[in-house]
This record gives sequence, structure tokens and C-alpha cells, in this order.
Amino acid sequence: MKPAVIILLPAMLALAACQREERDTRPQSSLGSGEQPTPVTTLEPGGQRPSPTDNKAASFEANAFHLSEGKRLFGWFNCSGCHANGGGGMGPALMDEKWIYGSSMESIHATIRDGRPNGMPSFGDKIPDDQIWELAAFVRSLSGNAPSSAAPSRNDDMMAHPSENRMPDAATLGKSP
Amino acid sequence: MKRFASIALATAIALFLQGCAGWQSALDPKGPAASELAWLIWFFTGLCAVVWVLVMIALTMPLMMRPRERAGPLVLDAGAEGRKLRVVITAVGLTALILVGLTLLSFFANRTLAAIGSDAVLTIRVTGHQWWWEVRYEDATPSRILTTANEIHIPAGEPVRLLLTSTDVIHSFWVPSLSGKLDLIPGHMNVLDIKADKPGVYRGQCAEFCGAQHANMGTFIIAEPRAKFDAWWNDQLQPAAAPMSDEAKAGEEVFLKRPCVMCHKIGGTTAGGTVAPDLTHIASRQTLAAGTLMMSRGNLAAWIADPQGIKPGSHMPGVDLNGDELNSIVAYLEGLK
Repeated sequence: MKPAVIILLPAMLALAACQREERDTRPQSSLGSGEQPTPVTTLEPGGQRPSPTDNKAASFEANAFHLSEGKRLFGWFNCSGCHANGGGGMGPALMDEKWIYGSSMESIHATIRDGRPNGMPSFGDKIPDDQIWELAAFVRSLSGNAPSSAAPSRNDDMMAHPSENRMPDAATLGKSP
Repeated sequence: MKRFASIALATAIALFLQGCAGWQSALDPKGPAASELAWLIWFFTGLCAVVWVLVMIALTMPLMMRPRERAGPLVLDAGAEGRKLRVVITAVGLTALILVGLTLLSFFANRTLAAIGSDAVLTIRVTGHQWWWEVRYEDATPSRILTTANEIHIPAGEPVRLLLTSTDVIHSFWVPSLSGKLDLIPGHMNVLDIKADKPGVYRGQCAEFCGAQHANMGTFIIAEPRAKFDAWWNDQLQPAAAPMSDEAKAGEEVFLKRPCVMCHKIGGTTAGGTVAPDLTHIASRQTLAAGTLMMSRGNLAAWIADPQGIKPGSHMPGVDLNGDELNSIVAYLEGLK
């Protein structure tokens, strides 16, 4: 091997470490008051509407920064008061595969933003929209619906379940396919 | 020309030394701990400089001297051998003496530092957050426990015990004019005793890289005479001032309706968040956002309108407020003295 190649290869490998996930710390800030494309119910005359997707759902759900921000907010805003770190208590469990209102980011966002009957309050006025999306992304990761390479790692305090990046994959429920 | 050069040099040195004084300098001690450490470092530096110069002279001298004529390569000169032996013994002896001396000095300096807090009159719990300081004044009476942020008021001339911990990552508490630095570690309590000789304002800085806004994590120690300190404490225990103007009243309403209330606390209102700085008496502080901006109406508005532009990555989100809402919130916060 030529010496130039020997120098160039490690240099390229070292420089590869400079590339890191983009952190958009200042995403467009709008309160959860914009158009909500996700229907809160699927009961609809003439059959089910196609569910339009929000581009934030796609960009937040596999982004390590937004997922870990969601984890921080989950603790800060005392979601554990009802959902007990995802294990469920007064509110439903979030770490299983059952979703009363659907498992899509848009549905979870709608749940946090507008609330649901019998318990879940509406946080639309109280949490900026991007933070709601971050929370929704984190809630999805609680049930293994986020890539383990992006999901947040261990908690600093006692947890009822393994950290989100060690949760069994929701698609295979932890079994080998 | 020569005169001009010497004046320029003197000016440059004077300007350079200016950096050694001021409200955040380890070379400008304002408390017993800092004076002890400053004296110690100057003594160490001075002594080590003398030793270094002596060693350099001893190394250079043989190089400059002409080698002496010898009778033969294997002939021993008893006198020269004896001299060499004495030089080596003296050097080793001096080294041992200096090492033991400096160790003892450092030991006694540590004893002095440890003794400062033995009769501490006040305990303050300082918690590091990304990127601000939570300050809790402990008291035997629960109703007198006080929580504020980013500014630490202490009575001048009296030793104060600081209990240091953190909620997220390791930070380090460093007020160079008053004491050395000590880490704030999650789940662990460190104890640091400080004392300010005279009333004054001393700046502190997080001294352990803790994330994006590490450089914008400043704090202020405000040492006041005892009477003034007690008055300040009593003042801070009061709930927030009720809004006076219509604009401020509207601001309070916006504050309680919008996301502000999720994280911040304002005593006397329903705002009770504890994950961000307590705003009950925010306008009485000198700075905003942990020493980033001076407290003023314009800076308050700038900070609320776009926190991510001022401290990118900080945990305060940008909240979509219209002009009227922003103005009224600023009018309200400005009144929280």
C-alpha cells in the first residue's frame, strides 16, 4: 500500500467522526394551534379518511436529539403522575403494544395536544408544538417503536423497564422473526 | 525611539495585568480561602522559578567551561570526586527539604481552608442545572426556606457552607475571588465553605464543561452587611408583587395561560413549576439567563422572544407570542422586584 493511502484512510475515518446528527435547537416555534391533520376519531360517514402525515412526525421519530428531549420533558411535565414512567397507573400504560387511539406520531400528538375523554388533559395551550412532537416521539419509543440507535439510554433513577434503546422491537415483540 | 518602546511595553504590561483584577479573578482574592490559595500558588511559583533558574545555571556552566586537562582517562582525581559527591548530596538534600517544605505548606493551607466552615452561620444548597444555578437557603423554620436562582447572597465577613449537587451532568462551582473550584455531581453532595471579607459582587463560572451553554453558566455572589442580607432574605420570602398596571395584569394572565407556567414558579400565583428558575423576584436580580444578559426591559423581551437565539440549546423553548402578549409579559416580569 502506498504511504499516501495509509495516511488518507485513517484521516477519512477520523474525519467521519465529525459528522453528527443535526440538532435543530430552534425549530419553527408555533403553539399547538395550527392545522391538525389527524382526525381525533375515525368514525366518519363514507368510510375512513386517509390519514395525512405531518413532516415533523417523520423527522422527529428517529432523531436521537428530539427523542431524548422528549424523555426530559416527560419527566419535567410529570407525565409519570398518571402514566408511571410508561408502566401505567391512573392513565394507560405506554410501554405495551396496545394503543387506544392508534400508535402513529400524529395520534399521540393529537392526544397530548387536545386531550382524550376520561382523563387525558389537553396541553395544547401549555406546551409549544415542537415539544409536543418531541413528547410524542418519546412516548412511541417507550413501546419499542423507535430505532434503538436513536432511542434515549438509561435513566438516572430507578426504572420499571429497560431503557428505551434496549426495549424489544415492537415489530417482532422481542422474538426472532 | 527607545523611550517610546519602553512606554509601549509598560502600557502593554499594565493592560495585561488589568485582567488579573476585577470581579472574577483568582489573582485578586477577596476571602480567606482565596487569599490562602493565592499566597500558596505565588510561593510555589516563586520557589520553583528559583529552583529552575539554579538548575539551568548548573546545566549551562559545564557547557561553557573548558574541559580540564587530565592525566589519563582512567586516573581518578580524589579531590574532584569528593567535590562531585558533595554537590550531589547537597542537591538531593535541598530537593528533599523543598519537597517536604512545600508539602507541609500545602497541608497547613488545606487545614486553614477546612477550618473556615467550622462555624458556618448559613447553609446554602446550590444545584447545577443545564445551564443555570438553583440556590436554596436552608433554615430550621420551613417557612423561611428560600429558593432563588443564579445569584447567591451571603452576609459579608461570615462563613457560609455551600452544599453542591447537580440534577443532570457534572458541573463545577468556581468563584475565583472567594475559593477554589468544586464539582457538582448528580446524586452526590459536595461541601464548600466560603467567606467574603468585605461586601461586594463576585462573579462565578461553571468550571466543568457541561454542554452547549457551559460558557453562559455564570453566577454572582453578592456579599452584603448582615442587616442588609437579612432584609433581602425577608424581602425574597414575600410572594410576588401584584401587577399594578393593566398591561402587567394582562401579562400575568398570559404567563399563567401559556407554556411559561409549565416550568417556572411565581410565588403567590398558581405557577408552580420547579424545573426552571424561580421568577418570584426576577427583577431584583442583576442578570438574566445565568449571567448572560443584564437585567433590563429590552433584554427580558429579547430573551423571551427568542431564547434559542441567545443561548442555543438551552432548555427554554421559543414560545409563539404576539407583540402585545410579549410586551405585557415583560411589563409583568419587570414589576417582580
